[in-house]
Amino acid sequence: MPLTGAHAQFRVEVSGVGLTQLPFSIAPFKGADALPQDLVAIVKADLERSGQFRHVNPVVGVLLDETSRPDLAPWRDRTADVLLTGSVSRLADGRYDVRFRVWDVIRVQDLGGMSLPVTAADLRLAAHRMADYIYEKLTGEKGIFSTRIAYVTKTSSRYSLWVADADGENAQAALGSPEPIISPAWSPSGGLLAYVSFESRKPVIYSHEIATGRRRLLANFKGSNSAPAWSPDGKTLLATLTLDGGSQLYSIDLASGAHTRLTQSGSIDTEPVWDVAGKNIYFVSDRGGAPQIYRMGAQGGQADRVTFSGGYNTSPAISPDGRSLAYVARVGGGYKLQIMDLASGTVTSLTETVADESPSFSPNGKLIMYATRLQGREALMTTTLDGRIKTRLSGGQGDIREPDWGPFLL
Amino acid sequence: MLILIQFFAIFLTSVLIPMTFLKKTNSLVSLSATALVLALLGGCGSSVNLDEAPVADRTGTQVDTAANGTSGAAGTPADARAVPLVSADSQNTGEPPASVARIIYFDYDSYMVRSEFTATLEAHAKFLKADPKRRVTLQGHTDERGGREYNLALGQKRAEAVRRSLAVMGVNDAQQEAVSFGKEKPAVAGSDDAAHAKNRRVELSYR
Repeated sequence: MPLTGAHAQFRVEVSGVGLTQLPFSIAPFKGADALPQDLVAIVKADLERSGQFRHVNPVVGVLLDETSRPDLAPWRDRTADVLLTGSVSRLADGRYDVRFRVWDVIRVQDLGGMSLPVTAADLRLAAHRMADYIYEKLTGEKGIFSTRIAYVTKTSSRYSLWVADADGENAQAALGSPEPIISPAWSPSGGLLAYVSFESRKPVIYSHEIATGRRRLLANFKGSNSAPAWSPDGKTLLATLTLDGGSQLYSIDLASGAHTRLTQSGSIDTEPVWDVAGKNIYFVSDRGGAPQIYRMGAQGGQADRVTFSGGYNTSPAISPDGRSLAYVARVGGGYKLQIMDLASGTVTSLTETVADESPSFSPNGKLIMYATRLQGREALMTTTLDGRIKTRLSGGQGDIREPDWGPFLL
Repeated sequence: MLILIQFFAIFLTSVLIPMTFLKKTNSLVSLSATALVLALLGGCGSSVNLDEAPVADRTGTQVDTAANGTSGAAGTPADARAVPLVSADSQNTGEPPASVARIIYFDYDSYMVRSEFTATLEAHAKFLKADPKRRVTLQGHTDERGGREYNLALGQKRAEAVRRSLAVMGVNDAQQEAVSFGKEKPAVAGSDDAAHAKNRRVELSYR
């Protein structure tokens, strides 16, 4: 049953305004009129979603491309600090050559450009790469617009695992199943997704090669197999197994398949995640009587409690710089996304919604993607770490959940 | 591949005058070099910095001329980001004992089998002991509140409680398996107490 990307078109809703946003403008691309994708609109939406950029309407009646040396004065008058120019042409093999150049309007400086030869299917990708280029030139940080996300949808009796662009568009189904799929986790290289599938009427962990559809059963032990987490080097998988009855943490060596028990508690230990260096494991345990987040060494042993406020803290995610912990706390009967500064222990609540789930950081650490419920429907959201800029990536039909933000791709 | 591209980029920039704005690069060297880069890039979808590769004059048909370097390539290269769809099928179930309830309900935040279900479990124990080839899966479920993975662990606790009860009644461990569906498969929709109570359960499923 072929499922097309058109099934999951997304809408971007930005709410809230950041303090310092860099004004940018985009001149209409030469030769882009008849393209199947509006590249300029994609770049604009990408940059706005970051919360760090503000779009300024382009100067009318000026034809520019990447070879032009534009008169920047009228753009400066429009208060644009940055200008993107470019063109698209068809190559003989059917591909498109997307070329662009970025101008610093204030300093009248050429910030460079690129040629991106792509297939029609990758035109969106070219737009995301342009947005990444501008983002990196202007902020000094790598952009995440060309990265990918995974998520799960549920329609009446069908569960699907999707791989989409970071803006939620261009969704492609990787797996369809009559039984639930949860906890997708990207491998560090971005080539594999580990997830929990219930297709054999129990939770087992697969890894799934995205480009080929080839699947490998990683954990199918007696009982439940869940909560997969790749080590930063991609050689080890953490998982929750129930070999002795209760849910405990194990590490699985992916080359040999050998598993080692990491926790020895009579309580629930689950949802492990590695820190960036692969030295520590954060996880959820109810050893203190209620679910809280703990930290221990990569080989197990002594665990220290990390969350102290509230009686229900689950679903930890560690920022790429290792400084922040995102998690979901039960607050007044609702489940709300929190961020903790690990050095100070300061906790900030990031949302107004009450059914937040499954946070994951963008690979540059500037955004968090999470699932929640809005107007009675499941939705995917991104938020800046201060909670100011939120974007909704709302699915076309059915419920949408379990997002995981993939790594930078080379 | 990347190393090759970098090598040629260095080669090109050393041969060619770096691009200046509005410059007409009309030399044959430029065009054939562009073709070379495009040929090298054919199929891998890699990008090049504009300042490391020559930009052809865009006013004529040079783009087409340059792109002819790849005309030997067989059609449009495959989309590097295509994702094939895999279809998973669920497995068949076995025959359960006739006229015996197959659902055990639990109190809120509780993982103890209530005494009212003892007779039901004894009937299942008798059925399993009568034929050692029979296999039962104890599927733990929770209500919808809280995280998916934590609920999976809570459902496991309920399934495990039923497994221990059956073990006490003499059922062989090899005949039963405690697993959890967490909050993924509620028996009834709804967010009120009645719906929650119907969803906190263990289902006995024969295979």
